[in-house]
Amino acid sequence: MSLDKDQVRQIAKLARLELSEDEYAESVEKLSKIVDFVDHLSAADTSGVMPMAHPLNVAQRLRADVVTEQNDRDRFQENAPAVANGLYLVPKVIE
Amino acid sequence: MSWEVVIGLEIHAQLATKSKIFSAASTAYGAEPNTQACLVDLGYPGVLPVLNKEVVHMAAMFGLAVNATVAPRSVFARKNYFYPDLPKGYQISQYELPIVEHGELFITDADGNEKRIGITRAHLEEDAGKSIHEGLDKSSGIDLNRAGTPLLEIVSEPDIRSAKEAVAYMRKIHTIVRYLGISDGNMQEGSFRCDANVSVRPQGQEAFGTRAEIKNLNSFRFVEKAINFEIERQIDLIEDGGEVVQETRLYDADKDETRSMRSKEEANDYRYFPDPDLLPVEISEAYIEAVRKELPELPDAKQQRFVAQYDVRKDDAAILTASRPVADYFEAAVAKTGAGAQLVANWVVGDLSGALNKDGLEIGDSRVSADELAGLLTRVHDNTISGKIAKQVFEAMWAGDGSADEVIEAKGLRQITDSSAIEAAVDKVIAANPGQVAEYRSGKDKLMGFFVGQVMKETRGQANPGQVNQILKAKLDG
Amino acid sequence: MTGLHAKTLTELKAGLDGGEFSSVELTQSLLDRIAAHDDQLNALITVTGDEALAAAERADDARAAGAGGVLNGLPIIHKDIFCTRGIKTTCGSRMLDNFISPYDATIVERLAAAGAVVLGKANMDEFAMGSSNETSYFGPVRNPWDRERSPGGSSGGSAAAVAARFSPAATATDTGGSIRQPAALTGTLGIKPTYGRVSRYGMIAFASSLDQAGVITRSAEDAARLLGVMAGFDERDSTCLDVPVPDYVAELGQSIKGLKVGVVRQHFDAGLDADCGARVKEAIAVIESLGATAVEVDMPNIDYSVPTYYVVAPAECSSNLSRFDGVRFGHRAGNVEDLFDLYCRSRGEGFGDEVKRRIMTGTYVLSAGYYDAYYLKAQQVRHLIADDFKRAFEKVDVIAGPTAPTPAFRLGDKVDDPITMYLNDIYTIGANLGGFPALSVPCGFVNDLPVGLHLVGHHFAESTLLRCAHAYEQATDWLAACPEGFA
Repeated sequence: MSLDKDQVRQIAKLARLELSEDEYAESVEKLSKIVDFVDHLSAADTSGVMPMAHPLNVAQRLRADVVTEQNDRDRFQENAPAVANGLYLVPKVIE
Repeated sequence: MSWEVVIGLEIHAQLATKSKIFSAASTAYGAEPNTQACLVDLGYPGVLPVLNKEVVHMAAMFGLAVNATVAPRSVFARKNYFYPDLPKGYQISQYELPIVEHGELFITDADGNEKRIGITRAHLEEDAGKSIHEGLDKSSGIDLNRAGTPLLEIVSEPDIRSAKEAVAYMRKIHTIVRYLGISDGNMQEGSFRCDANVSVRPQGQEAFGTRAEIKNLNSFRFVEKAINFEIERQIDLIEDGGEVVQETRLYDADKDETRSMRSKEEANDYRYFPDPDLLPVEISEAYIEAVRKELPELPDAKQQRFVAQYDVRKDDAAILTASRPVADYFEAAVAKTGAGAQLVANWVVGDLSGALNKDGLEIGDSRVSADELAGLLTRVHDNTISGKIAKQVFEAMWAGDGSADEVIEAKGLRQITDSSAIEAAVDKVIAANPGQVAEYRSGKDKLMGFFVGQVMKETRGQANPGQVNQILKAKLDG
Repeated sequence: MTGLHAKTLTELKAGLDGGEFSSVELTQSLLDRIAAHDDQLNALITVTGDEALAAAERADDARAAGAGGVLNGLPIIHKDIFCTRGIKTTCGSRMLDNFISPYDATIVERLAAAGAVVLGKANMDEFAMGSSNETSYFGPVRNPWDRERSPGGSSGGSAAAVAARFSPAATATDTGGSIRQPAALTGTLGIKPTYGRVSRYGMIAFASSLDQAGVITRSAEDAARLLGVMAGFDERDSTCLDVPVPDYVAELGQSIKGLKVGVVRQHFDAGLDADCGARVKEAIAVIESLGATAVEVDMPNIDYSVPTYYVVAPAECSSNLSRFDGVRFGHRAGNVEDLFDLYCRSRGEGFGDEVKRRIMTGTYVLSAGYYDAYYLKAQQVRHLIADDFKRAFEKVDVIAGPTAPTPAFRLGDKVDDPITMYLNDIYTIGANLGGFPALSVPCGFVNDLPVGLHLVGHHFAESTLLRCAHAYEQATDWLAACPEGFA
């Protein structure tokens, strides 16, 4: 097993995913298999190779600084689970 | 033990664009919650960011203004973390390849010497939204109007050695971004704020001490107070045998102290990686040259020019050039009067600034225009009124009683330069104060001030002070 | 009207143009067919009957008035990954079970503007993560050729719907083979265009640097018609390129004489089912007989494509799916204790196992201490693989090979072993890593199950691929084959 349960707990926490105990056990096993599998990459000789983030070698296009969006809050908030006074609600955040 | 303070600042300047950095929603301040949050700002499924041309332009201007390298290729990256005011679960920022690198600026240190502060980098990023905690039972409310507002994060080298230097550096950046017109610098609205990295080390030690980061300082006064508190805290801690922990702290202005913000710090692993929705930003030499040509005269250059061209005092030149509208006002007034630039400088730095402060106005909203001030100073220069009367005239002008000439005329404030009239007043004062005259003549020179005052009183302040002095002296000594 | 379902899009267009039937008749007949048969396949998550009939009526009116776009009145099904305004858009997930999109994806908008009539939204692997359609929250799709088998994935619903003649065409998306593998497994044609050819705006992102929208149809000509409408610059997608769109239909007729076809040695090694390999070799022989020349090409890094993909795609997906947090849209867990609990439980409940697994894989490979060994390394290997393709395209016009290592497999067979499942995309992933256009065209059967021929072209060479597939279709009749019970 290349990953242990503590590591998987830490990853799940970073990713904000609640897993049941069964899911943890399964995740340890399957994630370990995946990690072992992608470890094959270490055999590739990549010295001096530029990392490639995009399939095409082009530059970012720029948009004119113009406001075209209008207020459409009510429609956008139809999908929101909890709103009040136009605000999206979450459990109280203490800073 | 003697301690050396090491400070680096990260300043967030909101860029003064009309629309957001990656969407076409408005950046205007103060709208109803979530009415300026479009699908892109809300992080809706399927939407994509497209970069605003103006933010690139503004970043390039800033880079050139601080003598930095404007990167021919810069890359947007995602900073991943969960927070309700961050709709996508990541902030689009720049990480490995920022748009501006290796800049510098100069401040005046405690000894009055010029000091260089390095600017490591300045990068573009999107602002987050706002959480509202008041008035909602058991809930926090999220307003995403500010989400996606363009920010330029300006990161200094750890070259700053005191809270005062930190403020001087921050003021300088504030002046520059406003000169360039790339940020309104409004600190109340949060468009100019900073995080301070503070550490201390024994004098002479090369390695840095452990630093604490003080977040979200939004006034010059708070920057100074928070840093000073933090320096004290760290020194006390170490001297008591403790250790500084690397952490994020918050400044509480009411208590004037910083406190740990552990909640946000926990297990931060931002997992930066290049944003696959955005391509590298490429900037050509030709573009950089075009931006360079359109740069306005910057504060340092303007200050030097004011000293050279107008022969004003260096400290006045510094104040006059701290804001571009003030400098413009000064130059406009100088051009309209032969009264001399130093007199104009004295008035702009003195009475005019005082009046603006009192009414809480910016110079653009001044109740006395540059032309009007020039009119007033012309009357001082041609001896129509004395400097002292000028203050009275200025007050009337500020109150809206008209131009300098109108006020002088209406109130009969024209200076008395007629020698016979002054002589008459002098004679009257001498006759009325025989005791003082005798004292004066027996050697109490200091009483001259008393006589001048009496004559001015007699002439309702309108006598030409030079003439009064001359005639008094002749009569008393003669 | 009966029998309309058997016609291709091009044939239906001719029928509408010739006044043989109306769009309302056509739409109604397909809706009836879906109602009668989809309980066997589960190809659709949502059927938009009322909207479809209203759109068909508008199309008929437009036609009567001498107006209407190039697809006026022609039916289509959208993969449920494309946002459709006012219509539920689930992405195959419980997370979006209640999500009504407030806007249309660019391609939805463009197809509607051309007059296409949307019959419904196709089932898919959850968030397009899967190769069997078994990860869908709405249940697996069944393969019309054998209902015990998978239609492939992630665009399994789109492929099954086209194979079963519910619609002559369906939109689909492809991140590692999600258009081509299901097309191969269902005996349909699926094309994934060049990265940047079709706008991604409104297509719910899986892995942004790999995702590309395309179509599944029953002929190269049908694909050419649709691609012509879908492709082209979109100012809302920074990665969508401003490159002119050729007239794909007009260019179909050109001969493939002199075309150089590359055959990758590594594609015919141990992993490939021998019978599938035989079908593919026969297909390449047919293409040669039409005037093309086959050339062997070497792609030394191609074996790294699956591990590379399983670093890059999860990394991007882990970040792309962070927006599903239960705050602004999507599933929100009840009775939560605090914010952290809201996040963890909404996401824990809203996402299925495979999606969670990929989010965790991606989180891991981007995390401190692992970034260089995995993410950065994969980005470098990605470069090597793309260069392998570029070197090959200096010598050849297209690369031909198998689309999938086996014909359709049984539902449940691979679902427990992620690696076996991932290896399904071994031949298709390279095109995504390099952003190259690719298609799968049916090339025969093994044990009564369809097999696909995979063609990859250089950037923006969609025309070449379609032309080659079209010539091959003319010489064979695999596309006409219809699964039993769906004739």
